[in-house]
Amino acid sequence: MILRDIAYVRTGDKGDTAQIAIFARSPERYELLVAVVTTERVLAHFGDIVCRTATRYELDNLHALNFVLEGALAGGVTRSLALDAHGKTLGAQLLDMPISEEA
Amino acid sequence: MTGRTIRIGAGAGFSADRIEPALDLLDRGALDYLAFECLAERTIGLAQAERQANPAQGYDPLLKARMTAALPIAARNGVRIISNMGAANPVAAAQETARIARDLGLSGYRTAAVTGDDVLDLVMSGDYPLLDREGVSRDLGGSVVSANAYLGVEGIVSALAGQASVVLTGRVCDPALFLAPLVHEFHWAPDDWTLLGQGTLVGHMLECAGQLTGGYFANPGFDDVPDLANLGFPFADVSADGAAVFGKLDGTGGCLTTATCKQQLLYEILDPGAYLQSDVVADFRAARIEEQGRDRVRLTGGAGRVRPETLKVSICYEDGYAGEGQISYGGPGAEARGQLALAVVRERLAQSGIAFSNLRLELIGVNAIDRRSARPEREPGEVRVRVAAQAGSQRDAERIGAEVEALYTNGPMGGGGVSRATRKVVAVASTLIDRRLVVPRIHWEVA
Repeated sequence: MILRDIAYVRTGDKGDTAQIAIFARSPERYELLVAVVTTERVLAHFGDIVCRTATRYELDNLHALNFVLEGALAGGVTRSLALDAHGKTLGAQLLDMPISEEA
Repeated sequence: MTGRTIRIGAGAGFSADRIEPALDLLDRGALDYLAFECLAERTIGLAQAERQANPAQGYDPLLKARMTAALPIAARNGVRIISNMGAANPVAAAQETARIARDLGLSGYRTAAVTGDDVLDLVMSGDYPLLDREGVSRDLGGSVVSANAYLGVEGIVSALAGQASVVLTGRVCDPALFLAPLVHEFHWAPDDWTLLGQGTLVGHMLECAGQLTGGYFANPGFDDVPDLANLGFPFADVSADGAAVFGKLDGTGGCLTTATCKQQLLYEILDPGAYLQSDVVADFRAARIEEQGRDRVRLTGGAGRVRPETLKVSICYEDGYAGEGQISYGGPGAEARGQLALAVVRERLAQSGIAFSNLRLELIGVNAIDRRSARPEREPGEVRVRVAAQAGSQRDAERIGAEVEALYTNGPMGGGGVSRATRKVVAVASTLIDRRLVVPRIHWEVA
């Protein structure tokens, strides 16, 4: 099982900060999300991302996790020369994270 | 829901957004208001540069097209329009809108421009600490082109009270475009933080237009969206207590579900308990999203706390030139030839003696956007070389595209499809200023 099987994502940006919201496909899957999609795993999935801070917010009422990666966008959309300067493709890149119910 | 409701439509989620869905909402949406959110963070810097070159310009490039198409329908149906398409020159935008109204025969049509967000002189005469980096505003010196404070609803509400049919602003908080008509219609107090927080939440949901109705959502086989090509834009029916029911017009494509609403609720939100706005610190943590029927979702539970004493200011400054070149390779060994091309360009740029910064050498299809530590191991059938860097002058920046183009006859076998470009870099820094120093003003144009 991969993350795409239990969740859907939307990615946004604010200046130099990438923001990735991950939503459980069902309330039951939210508990699994909370247990296995940790900040450490997200950072490990993105091998070469450097950020000043990484924060996970848990939205129990929305069955969602909100990841805020401060400093992840090489200066942000107005300064970065990256092809995807907004980092808008980052969330989708999380969707092949392996998910194990035993984790 | 009982009692009177106000219907607000979303006409654009960004400056280059599609116009047709907004016209459909105006035509058969039974709207009271339509708001167009069109002003990204650095757009105002580019607009300010335009205004310096021509004092009659500096507003949204699509304003004329949007207003020419929208005004006849809006006037016929009594829909009032609110937009930040004024960009760096709301007064000129209002004059252009009044001209269009006159040409359409809309005698007496009232357009208001909200100004006061331009704080360039203030910010450049002081040592305002920059956010997210070291230094103060004055350090940016002569490269600064604009500094604009994020206004709240106050100016827009005054304009609506003055019977404006169209309100055009420069920099305001995006949700304020939607919150303002609610404050105006329901006479919400400027310190009713709960209502302002819920109204901000409603505005936040609408400000990206099609992103609430199935845009930016489709993932075939997992999250399918019907008739995405004919995506309709959303509207909200809001009651005096701030409760909102979002909907879209029958016959339009897309979908409005709890899933699309949850996605938009968190979109570009950092701390969901502290969404900083000029009018309120909104709190979305207790938001409730309930499906009320096909393409109808009810939203309640937004809250808020006392507004900040400071306003955020975006400072746009010129930061040299960016140059870029691309070329494609295909067939067996495409990736190896792409890597060789990158190595060759890297060496030639180093030999040029030009000081480049932020140099990027990457292969589209391999590692240009992919940041995963574990990438699938399989040779791509095609790759596209991409070289980008920054230089102090346009001429130096052009060297990057030139070295990529030179790969045709001076690089690996089989390269094709060169593209190259240079552009001026307008970067954005932020600071905070005392809100008492920023006073919104209204300018009227009557057709």
